Amino acid sequence: MTERKITCIICPMGCSITVKSEGARITEISGNTCRRGAAYAEAEITHPERTLTTTMRCDNGERLPVKTDRPIPKEKMMDCMELIDSCTASLPVSIGDILLADVFGSNIVATANKQES
Amino acid sequence: MTDLVIIGGGPAGMSAAVAAYESGVRDILMLERDEHLGGILQQCIHNGFGLHRFGEELTGPEYAWKYEKIIQELGIPVKYRTMVLSVTPGRIITAANEEEGIFSIQAGAVILCMGCRERPRGALNIAGTRPAGIYSAGTAQKLVNQKGCLPGREAVILGSGDIGLIMARRMTLEGARVKAVCELMPYSGGLARNIEQCLRDFNIPLLLSHTVVQIHGRKRIEGVTIAAVDENRKPLEDTREYIPCDTLLLSVGLIPENELSLMAGIEMDPVTGGALVDQDRQTSREGIFACGNVLHVHDLVDFVSQEAEIAGRSAAAYLERKPKPELSLSLAVDSRIRYTVPQRITRAEDFTVFFRVRDRYQNVRLNLLDRGNVIYTARKPRMTPGEMESIRMRKEFLHQGAELKLELEPEQKL
Repeated sequence: MTERKITCIICPMGCSITVKSEGARITEISGNTCRRGAAYAEAEITHPERTLTTTMRCDNGERLPVKTDRPIPKEKMMDCMELIDSCTASLPVSIGDILLADVFGSNIVATANKQES
Repeated sequence: MTDLVIIGGGPAGMSAAVAAYESGVRDILMLERDEHLGGILQQCIHNGFGLHRFGEELTGPEYAWKYEKIIQELGIPVKYRTMVLSVTPGRIITAANEEEGIFSIQAGAVILCMGCRERPRGALNIAGTRPAGIYSAGTAQKLVNQKGCLPGREAVILGSGDIGLIMARRMTLEGARVKAVCELMPYSGGLARNIEQCLRDFNIPLLLSHTVVQIHGRKRIEGVTIAAVDENRKPLEDTREYIPCDTLLLSVGLIPENELSLMAGIEMDPVTGGALVDQDRQTSREGIFACGNVLHVHDLVDFVSQEAEIAGRSAAAYLERKPKPELSLSLAVDSRIRYTVPQRITRAEDFTVFFRVRDRYQNVRLNLLDRGNVIYTARKPRMTPGEMESIRMRKEFLHQGAELKLELEPEQKL
């Protein structure tokens, strides 16, 4: 049996969650104060994921804040950064617009409105 | 004459404006020195905002947009690129911008929402040269996120507040190497989630009880000497270690920006660095209110919005009926509590008292006393200086002559 302590990143409480597992099977999750915490802890053991937030170049040279609209595999963060860096957003852009579809199981979306200038 | 003038269009100003409008004020003017609303949220492109307020995880610009949209829909006027130069006790505001030059406005009520600024290197007394490459974490954040410039390739970060942690991740994602985050205290002031996702995810070492004792380099910073500190925060000579770097980021605390409050002759709280306020967030000057980080530094923007709603509603009530104070009580604290907001009470009603503790405590009993007698007790498993705490004040505790004091009884000091 293995035991891992995980700090939950779902909300600012930052619960310390203990996950017990045998092989690939999780036997016990404790220390979480909500269901989302348990789901996070399970994902963290089996396939850690993170939401990536960064910026994309715009066609007028400014930066546009963007994010993955769902968490992507943690080990793909740097690959995803590279992909975003290779793209240019055409303005105008509205908050929520999809700039890149289907990257590592997520979309890259704009998190701000930006006009041409 | 303008009924309500709001100074600052960041999260506090936006939320105060919306709350005042919803409480019936129609003649509102917001003054903002930047070109857009949202304040610091515009450069906080990471997520984690809004879980309390909106029940969803938003980035800073997304959180700002929630309010900006409402302000646009309500048609609340905003003067951008407008710097307020002074506020008088009689609520005359003098401001300047390119179009109108210098102008004055008599306000019926004022809400101060100027936010805070970062503590600079000059406040730290770090020995060494004064080269380029030393930035406050927020400045670096603006450079990276809004200007698209990376301030350096090899960074050391002093201070483990949330902005420092967020910038450690941000610099790493953009290709810089963050060699260490040094924290003077034996614990981090940042959220546990940020230590996890900003440092551990990228194997960035967090050196607790460590500080930067010297800065090296002539034109550009070339390195820093760090050292461990003892329990009195004095550097230990034999632990000195040189780390080469081209950038030093400082995340060493925030200071409420209260120059205007001082001009208005507002009574200040030396601990918070903000105004002394009552439960309505009214300052010692009638009709002048304060909320958000200009009042006291908050951990979460959600709480700033919440506090600004109180100020917005109270300003509306003030404009409508000029309520007279019913009481004049102050709220004392013991040595384990750093401060409370509000600090004084002028009306018998239910409200929430926010406070911060001085150290880390476990299994705490929080007592509210009146003339030495415990009138209310609450228990908390844990309290830390980095997290704002609260207690509900009840109407029945409040009467003229009450001598209220908030006291902590920890079973254990961590």
